[in-house]
Parts: sequence; structure tokens; C-alpha cells
Amino acid sequence: MALVQIRDVHKVFRRDSERIEIFTGLSLDIEEGSFTALMGPSGSGKSTLLNLLAGLDQPTSGTIRVAGAEVSAMTPGQLAAWRAQHIGFVFQHLNLLPVLTAYQNVELPLLLTTLSKKDRDERVRIALGVVGLGDRLKHYPRQLSGGQEQRVAVARAIVADPTLVLLDEPTGQLDAKSSQEVLSLLQQLNEEFKKTIIVVTHDARAADRAKTVLHLEKGILVERQTLALS
Amino acid sequence: MKFFHLVLANLGRHKRRTLLTIASVALALFLFASLQTVVTTLERASQFGGARRLVMTNASGFILPLPLSYANRLSAGKGITNVTWANWFGGKYGDNKAFFAQFAVDAKSYLEMYPELVVPEDQKQAFLQERSAALIGVRLLDRFGWRVGQNVTLQGTIFPGDWTFTIRGVYTPSDAVINDDMMLFHHEYLEERIGRPGIAGWYIIEVDDADNAAATAKTLDDQFRNSSAPTKTGTEQAFNASFATMWGNVSLLMGTIGLAVVFAILLVTANAMMMSARERTGEVAVLKTIGFSDGTLFSLVMVEAGFIALTGALIGLGGAKLLYRLSNFNAGGFLPGFDVTTRTLVIGTGIALLLMLASGLVPALRAARLPVVQALRRVE
Repeated sequence: MALVQIRDVHKVFRRDSERIEIFTGLSLDIEEGSFTALMGPSGSGKSTLLNLLAGLDQPTSGTIRVAGAEVSAMTPGQLAAWRAQHIGFVFQHLNLLPVLTAYQNVELPLLLTTLSKKDRDERVRIALGVVGLGDRLKHYPRQLSGGQEQRVAVARAIVADPTLVLLDEPTGQLDAKSSQEVLSLLQQLNEEFKKTIIVVTHDARAADRAKTVLHLEKGILVERQTLALS
Repeated sequence: MKFFHLVLANLGRHKRRTLLTIASVALALFLFASLQTVVTTLERASQFGGARRLVMTNASGFILPLPLSYANRLSAGKGITNVTWANWFGGKYGDNKAFFAQFAVDAKSYLEMYPELVVPEDQKQAFLQERSAALIGVRLLDRFGWRVGQNVTLQGTIFPGDWTFTIRGVYTPSDAVINDDMMLFHHEYLEERIGRPGIAGWYIIEVDDADNAAATAKTLDDQFRNSSAPTKTGTEQAFNASFATMWGNVSLLMGTIGLAVVFAILLVTANAMMMSARERTGEVAVLKTIGFSDGTLFSLVMVEAGFIALTGALIGLGGAKLLYRLSNFNAGGFLPGFDVTTRTLVIGTGIALLLMLASGLVPALRAARLPVVQALRRVE
């Protein structure tokens, strides 16, 4: 059974009297351990789909299941608890709290668990080590480069060992070198640590690292490419 | 507790603003405590008075004297157990013309009338036996560095000239309402120096039964109604209350203006705290995405508001309590020593908690109810 099952999802936004249909019956499966890139022009519904998968937004109708749990039927309170356990999310920017160090930012998801301080410390150090920032524990976001900030955000997204790692344009504001570093990191997380990753991107280089590329246009899945990686 | 570093980190985001906000709360509550203390001190002063003690003054005005000859007639009155008298002296001390309250009193009867003035027996005897002796409040020792046995010279204002007294005793009041910075000396010494005019500023009369106080006062006033110096007699409490009433309108004015200032400062503070929370919309959205629940975010904002309000309260109310206790402020001896009462501290803390609610509730609810997707769109 697919890790993510999207069935006949409709999503309608209302802007004043205007009715904007984003999805009109989207159905889609995403397998566990996959690395999926969601591509498409602006307004195609990529970010909306990511928000629905993260339980940040609810479909107007249809069902979304992640690891057997029906996300689309959860209350806001249940969703918060579910997100803490199952979702790691990376935004394009504004990821990190500027008043917290890299260590404290990565620790945030673990504050919602029952882990002891010692266990939290161990996990934070491992996560920052994985993203290659084990020596930047006490640095504040302003003391990090854009690429390093995104890597800290990735560390925070994986520190609680979530079911799904979702990224919304993670390289959108990075230079080429930093983008490559982040993309390599995502690939490593997928291949070495078997994390299921879904990334929304406009960046063809990012799509090249994915195993599957889904093309959305006006809320419709128009193409599904499965890539053979070298 | 594991979230407390988040609260501290947010407070440290704009250190200057946080400090100024705390200072505003502290100032507002310091003002509140001070004004409230003026009111409670006046109340305390007006409520002081022995139940069996009457005060007789000249009916034409407190500053006009009464004949000293009334003393014997008063002592012979029915139900009267003790009579004493006093005069306001109004001297100044030293090159700085320092002012404090001095009274010429009939020493023996005065100390019998006021057992609240506690004096060591040997000092009391030394004071009673020497005509130019003075008995001083314990605070004057610290204020002027005086010691028992020292001669001090005052410059008289009502009674001109240099007046030299020898300090023979130090009293400590057993009731905090009685000032501890007065100087008492022998009325006989005053009489002698000013040519024995035979005057007393006012009389204090003790009756055998408090229930008879009002009737006795009326009888005494009737007795002197047609004399050259008609009298006005009332309970000591009413006498003290009349002084407090003199401050009454001032305190009302101070209270009204002061409370308006307090309220304005509190509004500014609440606005600063709400603004600080509004700036963090994007971060709240990130925390929600991570899985922070509405309840946790609500609590974090409220704890932050509470920290500012209660720290301000601690500084403002605690500062007022300490300041008045350490300075022994007593309005130049016209009022009992200022002391911020427990009731004032409780009300002040209540105001701080209200401020916490007023300033924290709206941003806390906004944070809790914030739709993440909308918030992120707004920030982007």
C-alpha cells in the first residue's frame, strides 16, 4: 500500500465572491521511501498539495491518507499532534526562529515529545551532524549562510524521524552552490536514511535528483516521470 | 518548563523594548503604590486616637492658644482622669534650618497620657527632673547624629531666639502611627522664657469611660462658652482626622491625575506587548507547522506577557515598599511614616495580572487561532 494516498481531492478557495478551484478530483499515490519532485507553473497547486499533505490545510472534499491515517478527517488539535510526529517541513525561507541558535531551532520538534533532555541533545547533535553543521550548534540564523540555514531547517525536519519530509521550494533563494549542497543532502537522506521526501520546486536541477517527478497543471496531474538515477 | 527558554528568547529579541516595557509597568505600579500609600497613610493618621482621649482647642482656631488656667478646672471635671497640654514650637535646627516637629509639653502628665511613647526609665527621670531637658524621637538620633547628653540649639520662629536644650531621653513609639522624629521639652521652660503668658496650645483630656467622651466634650465646651477663650473639644481621633481632611482634596487631586497617568502608561505598555506579538506571525506559523498546538502557543504568549507584567510589578511595588521603608518618609513629620500596605501590594499585583490579561489575551488568541497557510501567505 502506498504511504500517501490522495483520492478524489477537491480544493476550492474563495476570494470575495470569486470561487477558485485548485483541485477537481486529484488522485495520487506516493510510495514509501520515494523522492518525489512536484513541478508545475505558478498556480498549478503544488504548494497547496504540500499544505494538504502536511495537514496545514484541509481539502474541500476527498480523502488524504498518510501511513494509514486519514489526515483529511482530523481536527486541528489532532493535526497538530499528528504533524509533530509524522511531518518534517522545510519552507523556502523564514524557516528558523531568529532568536534561537541552530541547536535550539533543531530541538523545537523534540520539545513536543516525551524525550529526556539527554536524548533530545543526542538527536539534535546527530541531525546537525547529518547535515554537516555539527560545528554550528551555537550559531544564530544571522550568523549562517542561506545554504546553511536551509540545512539547519532540514535537520529540524528530520530530527523527530518523521514519516514524511516535505519541502516547499527549498532552493528557491539559494545560489547554485548552496542549492547543490541542499539537494545532495536530500538525496543522501533518501538513499542512506530511506526518508520519504516530497519537494515542490521550479528548479530542474532539483527535479533531477528526485526518483519521481510529478507535473501539475491547473490542479491536474499531467505527467508522472520515474527517473533512473545514475 | 522546557519551553521557558523560548519565552526568554522572545523577550530578548528586542532587549531595549522589553526593558522599557518592564520599566513602564514598574513606573505605573510604583506610582499606584505611592498614591495608594498617601491615601492609606492619611486614613491611618485619621484613625489614630485613644478612645478615652479628648482634644480641646480654641474654638476660634487651632492656632490660637487657650489659657493655662483651664488646666485646674479641667482636672476637677467629672469623669476626667488626666489632663495635659502642649504647644507647637516651630523651631529650626542648624545652618540648613532643618525642620522637625517640636512640642512644649507638660512633661509628667504628657508621658502618662501617652504610654505609646516608650522611654527607658532612667532617661525618663532625667528628662522630668531638668527644666531645659528634651526628649527626642529615635529617628532624630540618626538624622542629626545626636546623642543623649548633647546640647542642641534651635532657632525659634514663633518664639524667637536661640533655644538650647539638653537631650536627656530617647523615645520609641509603640504604635507606628506616632511619629518617631518629634522633640518634646518642658512647657514650663517655654513659659519661663517668654515671660509667663500662661498659655497652652491645646489640651488633651483623658476620661474614665470612652462611652462618656462625647458627653464630656459637650459639657466642657459649654463650661467655657462664655469665657474669653471658648473651646472646641472632640475626640482625639476626630482631631487627627481634621488634619487628614486638610490633605483630603490634595490626595483626591493626586489620585485622579496619578491614576490617569497609570492608566495611560498601562495602555502604552499593552500596545507595546501586542505589537511585539504581532511581529511574529510568521514564526507562529512555523511553530504550528512543526506541531505546536494552539494551547501551547496561547500559553507561551501569556507567559511572556505575565513575565513582563509581574517583573514590572516586582520592581514597581517592591521598589515602593523598600523606598518608603528605608527612607522613613513621613512628609516632614506631618504624617505617620509611609508604609506600602499588604492590601496595596495585593491590589497592585492584581493590576499587573489584569495587565497580563489585557496585553496578552488578544495576541495569545490570535496566535492560537492563526491559520498557518494564510499566515505564511501574508508573510511572504
